Amino acid sequence: MNHLGFELEKIKIASFDFTCCEGCQLQLANRESNLPDFLALLDIRNFREISSERLDDYDIALVEGSITRSDEIKRLKSIREKAKVLVAFGACACFGGVNVLKNKFPQEETIRTVYKDKLVETMPAAKISDFVTVDYSIPGCPVSKKEVEEVVVGLVTRSLVTLPKYPVCVECKQRLNTCLFDLGEVCLGPISRAGCDAVCPSGKTPCLGCRGPADGINYASFTELVRDKGLSLEEMREKLAFYNGFEDYLSHEG
Amino acid sequence: MIYKVISKPEFRAFVDALVRANTSYGPRQVDTDRHGDPIYQFMPVSSADDIAFDYTVTTSSAKHLLMPFRGELSRFNFSDSDWKQQVNYETQPIVLIGLRPCDISAINILDEVMLKGPYPSPYYLARRKNTFIIGMDHLPLPDCFCKSMNRHTVNHGFSLFCSDIGDRYYLSINSAKAFSCLKEFQLDDPTDEDNCRLIERRKLIKHSFETNIEVSGLPVFLDIEFDSPIWQKWGEKCLSCGSCAMVCPTCYCYSVEEQFDLDLKGSTRESHLYSCNLVDFAQVAGGHNFRPRSGDRLKYRYYHHYRGFAANDNQQICVGCNRCGRTCLANINPKDVINDLRLERESCLTCVSTSPDKA
Ligand code: SF4
Ligand code: SF4
Ligand code: SF4
Ligand code: SF4
Ligand code: SF4
Repeated sequence: MNHLGFELEKIKIASFDFTCCEGCQLQLANRESNLPDFLALLDIRNFREISSERLDDYDIALVEGSITRSDEIKRLKSIREKAKVLVAFGACACFGGVNVLKNKFPQEETIRTVYKDKLVETMPAAKISDFVTVDYSIPGCPVSKKEVEEVVVGLVTRSLVTLPKYPVCVECKQRLNTCLFDLGEVCLGPISRAGCDAVCPSGKTPCLGCRGPADGINYASFTELVRDKGLSLEEMREKLAFYNGFEDYLSHEG
Repeated sequence: MIYKVISKPEFRAFVDALVRANTSYGPRQVDTDRHGDPIYQFMPVSSADDIAFDYTVTTSSAKHLLMPFRGELSRFNFSDSDWKQQVNYETQPIVLIGLRPCDISAINILDEVMLKGPYPSPYYLARRKNTFIIGMDHLPLPDCFCKSMNRHTVNHGFSLFCSDIGDRYYLSINSAKAFSCLKEFQLDDPTDEDNCRLIERRKLIKHSFETNIEVSGLPVFLDIEFDSPIWQKWGEKCLSCGSCAMVCPTCYCYSVEEQFDLDLKGSTRESHLYSCNLVDFAQVAGGHNFRPRSGDRLKYRYYHHYRGFAANDNQQICVGCNRCGRTCLANINPKDVINDLRLERESCLTCVSTSPDKA
């Protein structure tokens, strides 16, 4: 591909799923209107949802899902060895995601509930950065296809790829939404990373922070806000734990 | 300026005809809050019935209709080794209905900033030229402080301004276009009684303010208080969420973002309204952040609003609508911050003057 006198190469990409719903990978096949243009930037080496190729040489590995079994750790580490760039793809890979909710219960109970008497091996759900180095994170539940497109274009054109550092409220205010705190709800918008165009508050559903914390958030002031509005701190903590993106703040609370 | 009076039903018929023929925005109720109070925003309207003529205040200002939250600045088309830039300033005419004096003053301030400097914005100019503004007076809300900023009256910047004198509106007509639009409706010349009622109305408004902030001498005062611990105190509350700047009628900062088309054959450059409270507002290439602390960023916002920047003649750009204060989830509002600052200064002066040790 020649672009403004520069020779650009397609990116050799592979995508792998671990414990998850595969919704983020499915997002990649979304937006059919520009799917051909999107695929034209990619040299797909291994990608179950889009192609039957199973090749082992790739530069970029998208890793989706959280880690819940010891064999997954092994597989993840071997992907890391082969990939030049490893991308944590979606809330499960970035933070552990909804799967982490199971860590609140005794393991035997979770197995029995789902698999009855069948013997399965499982461990507490964890984010992938607990086991390997992550180069980029694309958070979200699911990821936003538009953001993925921007990252892919950035990688192909070798331009700077960044996520918004500010919180969801900026985008929410730009959409002229009524603040959900004014409607008596706890919304994680003031501390969650923007980039989703505030889809949840725009549909009158509080943000649950699927994109994790924004940069430099003020957790103390946020807690104060919930208390000041007479809303439930318990509900706030439940929401913070939903995708596990705020693990660090919750565990330091004491 | 031409002065006329119009009956309220006739005014409604005029507005109805105007909004049916033009792309128009006016106050509409969009929600009811948890206390049962209505929430309004400037939204598209297509008939007089859509407009909440008796609205209190909109959560967000009308700024984004002149400076969109996200606006295209240019398009680029690439060929093998060359590129072409296309810039489009064209906009369609719009009608804004129901702006308060503070809102119109805010637009006059934006005019100064966007048009009077060394690099006038052609994007803003195109929109501004194509905007027909109908202002309407109102009794202040308990937390409005535009009188303190001397922005509770306005004498330019609108096409038409309506003062409520009971069963009629007293019209100040400030554009030929407004005058010709009104020609088809029943207008009367103001009688002595109408003039009296207008004066009474203005007096009533002037005396209805419950919130007053002492802003005289504030610019000098702010300079003296540059290192006040007050800023870190309020900064510790700030969520750095930028909501204040989004709803503010005079915050005009934007970032510039560029995005390739997915087929790499073109790209778009956009402006995105930004806020100096956001964590990376003062971050530069290489990663250095000139204002990493939220207190420093909050101070910066207050300095711009109440001291002014040299670039716009050290003019205070706050009009006193208190939208920022109502929106802030951390309870940060101009009245409390400025009073706190003054209090700090006063107690400090008392301390200096009464302490024999320091004499
Ligand atoms: S609804 Fe949520 S995201 Fe929107 S302004 Fe309120 S707190 Fe912020
Ligand atoms: S609003 Fe919150 S929960 Fe919803 S998509 Fe955005 S970050 Fe995720
Ligand atoms: S207060 Fe901040 S965001 Fe608002 S115009 Fe000034 S510098 Fe920009
Ligand atoms: S700073 Fe606050 S009170 Fe002043 S004009 Fe902006 S929103 Fe209104
Ligand atoms: S002052 Fe309030 S609205 Fe403004 S950035 Fe801080 S917390 Fe957000």
